[in-house]
Amino acid sequence: MADEEYIVVIGLEVHCQLDTSSKLFCGCSADFRADAPNTHVCPVCLGLPGALPVLNKKAIEYALKVAKALNCKIPQEAEFCRKNYFYPDLVKAYQITMGDNPLALGGYIEIEDDAGNPKVVNLTRIHVEEDPGRLIHMGNKERGHYTLVDYNRSGIPLIEMVTEPELCSPKEARRLLNKLRATLEYLDVFDPDKEGSIRVDANISIKGHERVEIKNISSYKGVEKALTFEITRQKNLIRRGGSIARETRHFQEGKGTTTSARSKETATDYRYFPEPDLPVIRVSDWMDNIVLPELPDARRDRFMNQYGIAVNHARTLTGDLHLAEFYELIAPVGSQIAASWIADILIGELNYRDMPLSKIISHAGQFKDLLVLVRDQQITDKAGIDVLRVWLDSLSGTGSPETPGQIVARLGLTRESGESFRGIVEKILTNNPQAIADHKAGKKGALNFIVGQVMKETKGKSDPREIHAMISEILGE
Amino acid sequence: MNDKYNAYLNTTEIPGTGSGILAGIRVSIKDNISTKDIETTCASKILKGYIPPYDAHAVTLLKNAGASIAGKTNMDEFGMGSTTENSAFGPALNPHDTTRVTGGSSGGSAAAVAGGLVSMALGSDTGGSIRCPAAWCGIVGLKPSYGRVSRFGLIAYANSFEQIGPLAANVRDVAKLFSVIAGHDKKDSTSVSKPYDGKVIPDIRGKTIGIPREYFGEGVDRDVAAKVREAITKLEELGAAAVEVSLPSMKYALPAYYVTCTCEASSNLDRFDGVRYGPEPEMNLPWHDAYTKVREAGFGQEVKRRILLGTFALSAGYYGKYYVKAQHARQLIAKDFASALKTCDFLAGPTMPNVAPKIGELTSDPLLMYQADILTVPVNIAGIPAISVPCGTAHGMPVGLQLMGRMFGEESLLNAALAFEEAV
Repeated sequence: MADEEYIVVIGLEVHCQLDTSSKLFCGCSADFRADAPNTHVCPVCLGLPGALPVLNKKAIEYALKVAKALNCKIPQEAEFCRKNYFYPDLVKAYQITMGDNPLALGGYIEIEDDAGNPKVVNLTRIHVEEDPGRLIHMGNKERGHYTLVDYNRSGIPLIEMVTEPELCSPKEARRLLNKLRATLEYLDVFDPDKEGSIRVDANISIKGHERVEIKNISSYKGVEKALTFEITRQKNLIRRGGSIARETRHFQEGKGTTTSARSKETATDYRYFPEPDLPVIRVSDWMDNIVLPELPDARRDRFMNQYGIAVNHARTLTGDLHLAEFYELIAPVGSQIAASWIADILIGELNYRDMPLSKIISHAGQFKDLLVLVRDQQITDKAGIDVLRVWLDSLSGTGSPETPGQIVARLGLTRESGESFRGIVEKILTNNPQAIADHKAGKKGALNFIVGQVMKETKGKSDPREIHAMISEILGE
Repeated sequence: MNDKYNAYLNTTEIPGTGSGILAGIRVSIKDNISTKDIETTCASKILKGYIPPYDAHAVTLLKNAGASIAGKTNMDEFGMGSTTENSAFGPALNPHDTTRVTGGSSGGSAAAVAGGLVSMALGSDTGGSIRCPAAWCGIVGLKPSYGRVSRFGLIAYANSFEQIGPLAANVRDVAKLFSVIAGHDKKDSTSVSKPYDGKVIPDIRGKTIGIPREYFGEGVDRDVAAKVREAITKLEELGAAAVEVSLPSMKYALPAYYVTCTCEASSNLDRFDGVRYGPEPEMNLPWHDAYTKVREAGFGQEVKRRILLGTFALSAGYYGKYYVKAQHARQLIAKDFASALKTCDFLAGPTMPNVAPKIGELTSDPLLMYQADILTVPVNIAGIPAISVPCGTAHGMPVGLQLMGRMFGEESLLNAALAFEEAV
């Protein structure tokens, strides 16, 4: 069976922690990650008998911002309800969530499909719920296994966004998540850098076969990996004449594989019913006060208009709020040079070093200085990249960073005119007769080898275009 | 303190902190109301050893008003029962006849007051749990309007019905205690800003009192009915006008109540799993087996019955048939009461259809026990306030007159009750 006969259908349930200062139903601080277990707790988020939830209005406001930004329909009323199930991390044995009357319905997210064409992915609904605590499994075979429970996370507000099963590939799923993350970041309601701030459940099926749910994937990369693994697993199973079991699977982040969650499949009945301790929320009354900032798509279009940069640059630069802000800081040097140096060079260098953009934001002035040197041809592009690398390495060190100017001076990288290198060019031409012969025989690119040798010998201080011209002149062309 | 009525699960003498209107007064507190540093069990083995780290809002208010806490009172386990026989720690005994029950579920609070151990007590009323023992023990008990008293710290049985309320030997003390606990609390999202100033004056003249036909129907003891009719005649003598009214949807009250309260209870009680408090689970078992063992040993029979009923009624395929239908019935009942209370200032009838039964008389048949709530439950469904005042005896035991008022109309309800109390 040919591969294209397998049509992949993917739907996502994305849970993001809303970046409020306190928890969803009590006053405990939500900023718990640096603190000892069970220090951010009170009777309410511990679910002690008699404690009652009080809604954190900020969480609803944040969620409504998201709903508006994602073009959702806002109902008159939303209602919290209880989802009942037993688990040691769930203090009340029910999660306060939303059922039949969520905060928002419908909506959509625009992404690019795998061919680069615009694609609209529809949303089913958005609702708000509380995060349970966290289990930490300890011990080993020798000492015995045991589990610790940390309720610091209990009651952190979550927003759950459910897409229609309209995604066709793991890459599309990844792009959707990137777009979602960017949108939430622009709205200032979500901090993607906090550990575990996003968790995804993915439904995936091969058309005509049963659907599998992969639970609790906790990274963007993980979603792509889990889906890719699952497609291969399902296709192989079908090829061998097997059938796909409708089941829940867990993603093993380390191995990049999924494993069946339960051997004996028992359907949980969550016994949803309205939460009697919280009044209905008159959502429509809130909407007048929900004001949106500029969102990624609007910013992308503005960058193209205002700075005259290409769509791929604009898309990359606006795909992350801090990157977009960084670009606007640097753009005065020259919108094109800033766009290509940030989008094409800087991002790659940061990724290579696993260095966050935040590390260089406070040194934006020095990055600007570097681009000025390049723009004004005081150093060549090649030297510029070398300087950038040395500069980034010095930023990740402990001492005070070396400025681009200092680096250029120390390494003697100031661009010199071609004439000063005539001797070197002539020497290299003499030493490489074969390359000249190839060039004369019409072999394209043969001269690039010579230019490269000159660049190496001059430590990047020479301009390749100038060298090219000099070679042509020496060869009498 | 000589607790000959088994009214207490735990006696204490925690002095009050304020110098308010309850200074020097000892108040007992039902054991489903959280008290900081004092064991709070809801009369259940599953909460044995649980010491709350916080006070219920009502308890804070009591302390601030100067009251001292004289102990935690016996009750039906988690409030589930009408006789206080469902306590894991033995039944409370009726001070008028210790072979009889106190009524429930706030039976310990009522016995403590009726037996003269304290002058005031807090109870809670989900389907009659303050009014029933008040009537059967011959004291006064008020179920406030839903939302008038904070539920923060009240260990939930059926959240959408219940209120903390006062029990005392007379209307003035009930009004005094109510004035301390009424008012808004931001920790309870269902609480409203309706404080009560405590200024109670006898006043019934010119009021219209509706007598619902259904409150004197089948199942109501003839002697009890006669006593309450006498009381209504007394109200007329005091200048009130009695008119007959009908609440046709009252026939749905018991099923609507028992479906809803068991649904809510099944969810509320799921947290008692032995992980954070209560009896320690067996650590070598898989967690779900450990939970099962803790719950099996920790809950009494009636609690298990209600958890099972509620779990069933909420489960897939039955939710629409039971829970949703019950909510529909609830609206009808509330509407009936609202329309009767448009023309009438109060409704009046017996609090309980009988006098306090002998210990053991009702426990064999849960349906018989549920039917005892028929005259109190509608009030919780409608959310309105109601008070039970003693109006004499039948079969040698106290009978309670129940007065039901308009939503947040406790002021005039207490005034009417005082007028009656002073006249008899």
